[in-house]
Amino acid sequence: MISFRWTALLLLLAPPAFALDGRVQIHDPSTLVRCDGKFYTYGTGSTVLVSDDGWTWRAGTTAARTGLAPDIIKLGDRYHLYVARNVGAQPKAEIEMISTRSLDPASPDYKWEPGGIIVGTDGVEDCNGIDPGLLLDRAGRLWLVYGSYFGFIRIVELDPKTGKRLDPAVKPVDIAINCEAAILIQQDEWYYLLATHGSCCQGANSNYNIRVGRARQPTGPFLDHDGFDMLQGGGKLFLGSESRLVGPGHFGRLELDRGVEVFSYHYEADLQRGGASVLAIRPLLWKDGWPVAGDNARGGTVMLESVRTGTVLELAVEGVPLSGGRGGPGRGGRGPGAPGAPGGPPAGAPGATGAAGAAGPGPGPGGGGPSRGPGGLFAGTGSPIAPQDVAVVAKNWPAGAIETRMANYLDQAQQKWTLAAVPDAGGYPGAPYFKITVAGTDRALAATADGELTTVPGFTGAAEQLWRVQQLTDGSYRIMPKSVPGAREPLALSAVGAGFATLQRFNPDSSRQRWNLKGL
Amino acid sequence: MTTLRSFAVPALVGLILLGGPRATRAADTPAAKPPPPGIDASPSLKVARSASVALKPDGFLSRWWVLEPMPGDGRVTDSAIRAAAEKTYFPDQLAILPRAGETVTVSDARYTWHAVDSRRHNVNLYHFAYFLGKETSNVVFWGVTVVDSPEEIAGARLAVGSNAGSVWWVNGREVVGIYGDRQTQIDDGISKKLTLRKGPNVVRCLIVNNRGMVDFCARFLDADDNPIARLTHVAPAAASP
Repeated sequence: MISFRWTALLLLLAPPAFALDGRVQIHDPSTLVRCDGKFYTYGTGSTVLVSDDGWTWRAGTTAARTGLAPDIIKLGDRYHLYVARNVGAQPKAEIEMISTRSLDPASPDYKWEPGGIIVGTDGVEDCNGIDPGLLLDRAGRLWLVYGSYFGFIRIVELDPKTGKRLDPAVKPVDIAINCEAAILIQQDEWYYLLATHGSCCQGANSNYNIRVGRARQPTGPFLDHDGFDMLQGGGKLFLGSESRLVGPGHFGRLELDRGVEVFSYHYEADLQRGGASVLAIRPLLWKDGWPVAGDNARGGTVMLESVRTGTVLELAVEGVPLSGGRGGPGRGGRGPGAPGAPGGPPAGAPGATGAAGAAGPGPGPGGGGPSRGPGGLFAGTGSPIAPQDVAVVAKNWPAGAIETRMANYLDQAQQKWTLAAVPDAGGYPGAPYFKITVAGTDRALAATADGELTTVPGFTGAAEQLWRVQQLTDGSYRIMPKSVPGAREPLALSAVGAGFATLQRFNPDSSRQRWNLKGL
Repeated sequence: MTTLRSFAVPALVGLILLGGPRATRAADTPAAKPPPPGIDASPSLKVARSASVALKPDGFLSRWWVLEPMPGDGRVTDSAIRAAAEKTYFPDQLAILPRAGETVTVSDARYTWHAVDSRRHNVNLYHFAYFLGKETSNVVFWGVTVVDSPEEIAGARLAVGSNAGSVWWVNGREVVGIYGDRQTQIDDGISKKLTLRKGPNVVRCLIVNNRGMVDFCARFLDADDNPIARLTHVAPAAASP
């Protein structure tokens, strides 16, 4: 895994969650699952949400069993839904399983079949048998964790062929205490137990928060980052309340692509939605052996820095150095300052492609000339240097399409991009599509029919101008057009060499398609 | 470009020492300028003598026909390099398939094409000019090479680096330019996707320098960004219609 990067910067990313679109009211959502291109989640009661893209949600069809805090997993060609219910006063409860080949009611394969009671608690023992959570581990073993406050979280092994207990005679193992909504995930050499602490079901007064511990075995012991055992109440904070979003709980992991993961959960109360309990989706990152809640891209003005090259995406125009340039001899192999841009038309001749620029150290017409203050060559101007006015420098840019290239960042206007969500254009799990424009202009980044990049003078909303900006598990971002005319597969913004960006297949083993979005 | 490679210092010292006695006589008669040592004296270049040469696994284009440097205006901004690329220096400058020893005349000055093989991934034009006794600063260089491809290769890209800026053509079409005061870096500028023909393909470049070091490197990458090494340098005449 490429090293974690804290380059998801605040301007772009705060507040922490980007509210999903459509109908998102749900409590205790199951892990997201995909079926025939759609996303599904099942909640407490009869709530089912379905989405075509993971961004815009609508009500789905209630399953054949309803109850408390379901979880769902696909085993072979069947979806297995585990639904709990209290049978009498808590903590007397049981978890039932039903299964179907399809989750789409329009499919001929949509038929829930009963699988029976998988586990139960008798009301006396030290466990409340609700809140199932499932993991099919890399060894092919299926695990069910369950429990809620009345005592322990427990784990049993299931048969991955049937979804039922592998050996009902084997006694469940206690792995955590004083929490609920537990689920196991596996990463590298570790099993992670994510569980929700705090109180639910009190709206804006709920203090739900998600905690995590890890163990080498699925049966524990699960220790947090300070070595506290979850059997004694330990747990590293994974996600708590933030901003206007209160009470995160019921973690579920979904791998979208290798190197691209999200987690689903609910907030007990979204104060912007009247305190409703809502579904949320965010990127799942990994740092120093621990899961970390990532951030959906939200918008703002950024530099798009290639993880591979360290250079940034810019318009292929001749940059105008900022005021305050020294204009004297450079060093490190550079010659004297160039005499300055003539103020005429920029580079990027018709027919020239893939032009890559470099820093011109000399002062240009917008630069105000050399400025050797009384403190000498390196003293600067003695006052703040104003940001470059894009309205001024853009006068020299061509009117039509302008290509892109990559160069070292110099705080010039052609290097700053504004990401803005596009309403009603759809999205992907956790975030909407964005337009990416040169900051201060309507000039929009676009994919071309031959799988390259360009910019067009104005944003039209066309699919090749809509961008998916997804945080990867290392914290960097993948940037993909919604579609590329004529392309047979999804493509991602990719650095090829130091001076050029194109569109290529996403390769999780490469840094080419990884970008840092640095707020400006 | 201000960087003088370590070779240059002892070479220059040696030349000064060799020139010492003549300098003593200079008061009496003008000193005869020593003949340039020639390309084969370069630590990085040698005169190309074989009929063809296959690329190494790293795919860098190592054999070039390079025209002796012509004066430039010393500017390497985007617009200055664009102007240099659009200037007509000599007839058929974007079509000529040179032979070693052929000359072109520009502004009453004659310039000769030389066929060189580079021992390194880059082509050191500072060496080229220096060992021919030519100017190295504020100059422009034209380079041409021809590679024979065993089959048509779609989705290829020309990947170049240069000190300073440069503009590149493949089979007569401009495909990439890199501008500004920069140092040579492998795969710095990348063309958009192009198709290499089966048989000869002509690559042409214009390198614009202000002062100091001047060099370039170039190779083709495949659709997965891997170097295309299954090409063979052949004489430009092979690309004649």
